[in-house]
Amino acid sequence: MTRKAKRLYSIGAMFVVVGGAMALVLTALSSSVAYFQSPTDLVKNVPGPAQRIRLGGLVEDGSVKRDGSSEIFFRVTDTVDSVPVSYTGILPDLFREGQGVIAEGTLGPDRVFLADTVLAKHDETYMPKEVVDDLKARGLWEDGKGLVKKPEETVSATPVGAGS
Amino acid sequence: MIVEIGHFALVLALSVALFQSVLPLVGARQGDQRLMETGTIAATGGFVLIAIAFSALVTANVTSDFSVLNVFENSNSAKPMLYKVTGVWGNHEGSMLLWVLILAFFGSLVALFGRDLPATLKANVLAVQAWILAAFLLFILLTSNPFQRLDPAPMEGQDLNPVLQDIGLAIHPPLLYLGYVGFSVAFSFAIAALIDGRIDAAWARWVRPWTLIAWIFLTLGISMGSYWAYYELGWGGWWFWDPVENASFMPWLAGTALLHSALVMEKRSALKIWTILLAILTFSLSLLGTFLVRSGVLTSVHAFATDPTRGIFILCILCLFIGGALFLFALRASSLEGGGLFAPISREGALVFNNLFLTTAAATVLVGTLYPLVLEVLADKKISVGAPFFDLTFGPLMVPLLFAVPFGPLLGWKRGDLLGAAQRLYFAAGCALAALIGVLAYTGGTRILTAFGFALAFWLLAGSLTDLFLKAAFLRTGWRTGLSRLVGLPRSTFGTTLAHFGLGVTLLGIVSVSSFEEELITTMAPGQTAEIAGYTLTFDSIAQRDGPNFEAQAAQFSIRRGGVELAEIDTSKRFFPVRQMTTTESGIWTHWFSQLYVSLGDPSEDRQSIVVRIWSKPLVTLIWIGTIFMGLGGVFSLADRRLRVGAPARNKGKGAGTGGSPAVGAGA
Repeated sequence: MTRKAKRLYSIGAMFVVVGGAMALVLTALSSSVAYFQSPTDLVKNVPGPAQRIRLGGLVEDGSVKRDGSSEIFFRVTDTVDSVPVSYTGILPDLFREGQGVIAEGTLGPDRVFLADTVLAKHDETYMPKEVVDDLKARGLWEDGKGLVKKPEETVSATPVGAGS
Repeated sequence: MIVEIGHFALVLALSVALFQSVLPLVGARQGDQRLMETGTIAATGGFVLIAIAFSALVTANVTSDFSVLNVFENSNSAKPMLYKVTGVWGNHEGSMLLWVLILAFFGSLVALFGRDLPATLKANVLAVQAWILAAFLLFILLTSNPFQRLDPAPMEGQDLNPVLQDIGLAIHPPLLYLGYVGFSVAFSFAIAALIDGRIDAAWARWVRPWTLIAWIFLTLGISMGSYWAYYELGWGGWWFWDPVENASFMPWLAGTALLHSALVMEKRSALKIWTILLAILTFSLSLLGTFLVRSGVLTSVHAFATDPTRGIFILCILCLFIGGALFLFALRASSLEGGGLFAPISREGALVFNNLFLTTAAATVLVGTLYPLVLEVLADKKISVGAPFFDLTFGPLMVPLLFAVPFGPLLGWKRGDLLGAAQRLYFAAGCALAALIGVLAYTGGTRILTAFGFALAFWLLAGSLTDLFLKAAFLRTGWRTGLSRLVGLPRSTFGTTLAHFGLGVTLLGIVSVSSFEEELITTMAPGQTAEIAGYTLTFDSIAQRDGPNFEAQAAQFSIRRGGVELAEIDTSKRFFPVRQMTTTESGIWTHWFSQLYVSLGDPSEDRQSIVVRIWSKPLVTLIWIGTIFMGLGGVFSLADRRLRVGAPARNKGKGAGTGGSPAVGAGA
């Protein structure tokens, strides 16, 4: 084999692998990513039953209900609209009423959001970034101040200074 | 006072680094030995200064000096001593200081152990190291000063994030940083070679040990982080394709590729340009990882603080270094000579195959990690790319690569015999086939993908041992001679075998857990039992058990099989009053390589019962045991390298003795 033929050979192999990988990436990006939506978005535009959604907002106060088994119901609100969510499993340690949350899953036929993953991150001052951006866009959140208009009375869970 | 000394040492280290980034370079240009030597002194001195700064921060944490903002925000007098020390790097400022400390540590190692290097190369390498060091010291001093005072000083601190109050914090970040930052040495060597405009096989011989060290630490650091997340977060998962995990995984993939391509360059002096590029890319991915984690652009467990100025600062450093390096590469690459020729089917060819797949895989991970960010900036759309994306892209790319692994070491340099290699792998193929049939029979033919996964794992396990077995020639020479031949084999052969074997072990764990894991979520009251994977779990009791800075609800389970009690599991929920946070302490019972994993949820409304999540995870520990094999392989390879680096140095010493000049000929 000449040097030129070898070069063609290796460039061809590269194209096959890189091209294949690109095809995989494009398919995966069109089929397996989840879109972030606020409760208002979700009420306005009902997505298809297969579309994965990341629903972000605050856990509505007084909405968390357990039915005795491990299934949990709660509502996610952005202070304008709210969506009922059903989830089976163990909630993250930081899941609390009035706090930011992201539920990932699909919207069921009865308009109840079926979450398979619930995220509330590991920091008490943490609000999911998507949720903050969304609230900011509607003037409900200001940098440094947090939630300007609280959905309900929520006691600040942020400890200041002295501990016990 | 100590805090001010630390701050001052840091400022001093910056000025030393600034000198170090210019003087040796000028010295190398002018052939001035004394100026070049300043690099060695500055690198060592810089490390000592940063070590002083770091010790000052440790002291402030240990003595709970809440007049320091960083200590106030992340410590508490009730926090156990271990976490007072490890908490130093459990926050943004401290972890950046650790980053810089390790960078300076590697710089001083090059300065001390690089005596055999040509003087100009060493001077250039140290100068490039100093550029990186200066940039990050500036970053710390301007945007994230850990020595910021607080006036008036508060009485008590806000405590460390409870999730981080774990032994994992003592091990994971230092290991990871030793890996991440260790690749800076390969980067500096690449830039130094480009500045010099000269590069040869010896370059690869110098770079490979450094890359290998970094790679070993990164491998263990990632693995440790994975196990920590597995037992601490209580979600039972060992890898989440979280952007921050990807940030450490991308340099690992690129670094693994670099190890293999440097081998080709060292042995056959081919793939020079590619290896240089890969060295640049690997550290660039490390820098990108630092940016992703430290800038707060991503929502993640690891994002300590969100301060836009920090993000922009690191982004500038990132652009400067990656852009500058690639620009220099574009200018100089064409002047580098191509190396030895080889047939597509050869050891070199196999290593190119490895590089092609590893870098493509790293690229898909990069796309999956950055795509949401790009889309948000450009189209203002918010999406998340999770496990399904990576399963679809990364998975298929790994299959051909893993299949090819056993062939690589069996192919000859320059021109290999694929058919011959395939014939020698008949035993491995037999193992794979047996695994395939075994799994199909066990699952009743329903799990075809699982069966192929197991087959691939056994193919890797047996295939990697084949090379060792054949080199020892057990069959030809008999067991006794074979054994003595085995001991006499070069250590790098053991290194390759161990690393590839480890890959097989990890794959076996992954395939087993993802196919045969069982999960049970149920509500239990004391006295009740649950059945999983043939075991009976009894919820014995729940009691209040408090620790130094937390209150805990501890539950006890006993595990029985066929009425015989096998073990007890303790699991608890801890509440940290200072931070008002709860953490889950999962209960894990390890039997052989498998584990039963129990974590507690919330109590029911009447508080009589509690939600319990139980997993059976067959062979799960193999995932991490495999990485230990990989690291061990790296250590063996490193031991071999040192011997081989020593050999030419001895020759040179002899030559110099007769020639009379002890100076390095290659220096001019």
